[in-house]
Amino acid sequence: MKAFAVTAIVAFVAYLILTAGSGHLALWSIDEIIIGVILSIIVGILSRGIFVKKSYRMLNPKRWLFGLAYIGPFFIAMAKANLDVAYRVITGKIRPGIVKISPNLKTDLGITMLANSITLTPGTLSVDVDEKSNDLYVHWINVKDEAMKKMPRDYRYVCKNFPDWIRRIAE
Amino acid sequence: MIVEILIYLFIAIGLTFNLLAVIGLLRFPDVYTRLHAGTKCTTFGSIFLCLAVMIHALRIWYLNGEPSSSIMPIHTLIALIAILITNPTGAHAIARAAHRSGVKPVKAVVDDLEEDRECHSKKSST
Repeated sequence: MKAFAVTAIVAFVAYLILTAGSGHLALWSIDEIIIGVILSIIVGILSRGIFVKKSYRMLNPKRWLFGLAYIGPFFIAMAKANLDVAYRVITGKIRPGIVKISPNLKTDLGITMLANSITLTPGTLSVDVDEKSNDLYVHWINVKDEAMKKMPRDYRYVCKNFPDWIRRIAE
Repeated sequence: MIVEILIYLFIAIGLTFNLLAVIGLLRFPDVYTRLHAGTKCTTFGSIFLCLAVMIHALRIWYLNGEPSSSIMPIHTLIALIAILITNPTGAHAIARAAHRSGVKPVKAVVDDLEEDRECHSKKSST
């Protein structure tokens, strides 16, 4: 029942976002809201087993607040990444390499978020993932010597403290 | 007036980064470094282009107050979120496929993935 409610509410919100601006009741027309309720009930019945896995940890509002707060440092890192890549595009100074990092994340959602964050931030691009230990292989455009000393490499040089943020959001 | 300057500024920033992505695609030596240019710069440029569209659409919505004017900012936001999720995922898929089919990173100082894969294949063969 809880799985059905979560799926139906998410489907209804998605429907409302896509049909905003159709009428004068706030932003929606009555017809769209009625159709949306019917459709989200159908979607909730059909896909509750696919959408909701075992745990309900993402329902905790604290995780959503951390997710919103994560946008700030993420955007700053992303701006730095772009200036860095712009500098390398113009000068052509590169020192590439593929390094392995162990962020110690356990869930699929966490590792997906981290891989996407790494691809969008300073000079790094995720290439492959070890599915047993959740280690990431990262292509790094400017390998620093101090990060090469021990194995597996220290993730702070590659992606700062993003794994700690993502542990708070998704695990 | 300030809003218009802001719109033009955001469009200029977005186009500059997209231009840098094009130059990077032409200048960099191999597929991985080209993906660096092709994902980061285009995503960042697209964020600013979408922001410019959203500011323009929000101003129109504020001026005429019709609910139907809210379609453009909201749908631009959805497009922006879709770009933010799909662009790195696609780059990751291309990089993984390239490494699996044996493309070596040019001028690489270290390649942990290649070493690990060789270790693994030796273990499984003996």
